[in-house]
Amino acid sequence: MSNENTILIIDDEIQIRRLLEITLESNGYDIIEAVNGKEGISLAASHQPSLIILDLGLPDGSGHHILKQLREWYTNPVIILSVQSNEEDIVKALDNGANDYLIKPFRTGELLARIRSALRSASNEEDANAVFEFGDLHADLASRVIKKKNEIIKLTATEYKLISLFVQQAGKVLTHQYLLREVWGSGYINQSQYLRVFIAQLRKKLEDDPNRPAYIITEPGVGYRFATTN
Amino acid sequence: MPALPLSKLSRSKQVLFSLLLVVLISGICYAFSYFIDYKIVAFTLLLAVSFLAVVFDIVPVLLAALLSALIWNFFFIEPKYTFMIHSTEDTILLGMYFLVAIINGVLTYRMRKMEKQAMEKEEKAKTIKLYNTLFNTLSHELKTPIATIIAATDNLKENKKNLSEQNKEELVSEISVASLRLNQQVGNLLNMSRLESGNMQLKKDWCDINELVYSVVNRLEENLKHHKVHINIEKNLPLYKLDYILVEQVLYNLVYNASIYTPEYSDIFINVKNNSDRTYELAASKTGKSELVSEIDSLVMQVEDRGPGFPEPELEKVFDRFYRLQNARTGGTGLGLSIVKGFVEAHDGKVILDNVPHGARFTVQIPAEVSFINILKNE
Repeated sequence: MSNENTILIIDDEIQIRRLLEITLESNGYDIIEAVNGKEGISLAASHQPSLIILDLGLPDGSGHHILKQLREWYTNPVIILSVQSNEEDIVKALDNGANDYLIKPFRTGELLARIRSALRSASNEEDANAVFEFGDLHADLASRVIKKKNEIIKLTATEYKLISLFVQQAGKVLTHQYLLREVWGSGYINQSQYLRVFIAQLRKKLEDDPNRPAYIITEPGVGYRFATTN
Repeated sequence: MPALPLSKLSRSKQVLFSLLLVVLISGICYAFSYFIDYKIVAFTLLLAVSFLAVVFDIVPVLLAALLSALIWNFFFIEPKYTFMIHSTEDTILLGMYFLVAIINGVLTYRMRKMEKQAMEKEEKAKTIKLYNTLFNTLSHELKTPIATIIAATDNLKENKKNLSEQNKEELVSEISVASLRLNQQVGNLLNMSRLESGNMQLKKDWCDINELVYSVVNRLEENLKHHKVHINIEKNLPLYKLDYILVEQVLYNLVYNASIYTPEYSDIFINVKNNSDRTYELAASKTGKSELVSEIDSLVMQVEDRGPGFPEPELEKVFDRFYRLQNARTGGTGLGLSIVKGFVEAHDGKVILDNVPHGARFTVQIPAEVSFINILKNE
């Protein structure tokens, strides 16, 4: 079992570590810190933190490499911090098993929301739950029923596949490629036009205002996230 | 004159062109040699060499001078079809011809070179001026928020006892505003340097324009609080293959400008439509029906405001780097619109500004691949 509420920060910038420490400790988390990847990996092994915040631009080799090494055995959420808003970099990190990403500078509120969301979905996975509640949405994957405000929403087979991926991995950024592969198959990985169309349709059915989506959030150039914080 | 496309030809092509021109003109003169004196031919050839001197390098010009002298001697000076010359007068003429052609060529070439140097110098002066503007604007736009942050934090650290709770909160909120402003300016500068580096790599993917427009308006919610935004997106708009992040930044900058440079409670219109240029051709074969031969779709986005508009003579200049209207309020580096232009042009599109009866209107037109699958019935 992992250490409840312990967060490991792997970042070489002392200022960022300080700020994260103050912010997170005042919100009830225990913090351990590593200044490089090597130290990060050994601390992760010895302390089994419930979540890791990893900076992509580490001095001793790229954060991508550290992430890959961590993912060989570490199963709890990893949130990436990056100064670059380079989408390819982010997609790569997500494909390598990161749960989420934040670009510096980030807002504290946003960081806390992402941490809560990642920890929650991690505990959901352990429960192997098939019933999910998000705001006015109710998803029962065992009986394949999605309800909004207690009314059943009629979904096509493709729409249902999409929404079930979203609710099972709520809070996590799902890349375009991942969604295309899971829903349509690996031959469709470059056919993002289908994804655009079905996301628009899903929003019409799920959102109060499809133009201001509260559930299916676009991560430009990267993918979509099913928001759990409403 | 330097703008002539001929001057951009490679050296070997210039040589080829020069020699061909000399041969062509000699040929024409030869055809009319019954009517025109051989001295006229010399002047005509001289004229051709002068023309070449204006557009080409020195080597092709000298070669052309040499060839024309040889041709003139061989085909036009008695006795014809030999390189021999009988009269002393003709010998002197030929020598003078050759000299004049070469001096002419060399002089013209040197003149052009000097002109080029003068232009480069002017260009350099312009760049220096631009950098001065850059440093002035930068030092102001970056140092103001930095100064705010330093002063406010000093105050919080050293003056703790004398500050009321409200004072402290105000200082913290000043720090917050200043750092957001700093972040935006640095973002602008990074975008600008991406453009300047000249290797913008577009990451084109299918874009839902509806989503793009609303995401911009939602991001600017705070700025647009005191404006009336009217969004008008053509029904059944196709998906476009564009770099979402760049096009979103284009619309963001335009709407952001409209929100800060127009009066409170005024209208802002965002109009989006597809523009389709289709060319049909009557098929010559059996059916006689017209056939679609080419089809270029463009995304057209307009941002129209009810602000003061732009002074007519400034319309062209607003997309220049560091351009700012006289008396413009602070808060901008004058980079926003040049980023718009740069990002649109990276998509081979164009952006136009014109004044409308009660304000200004920016029109962005970007040609792009489209997909109409969103209108088809889904499975």
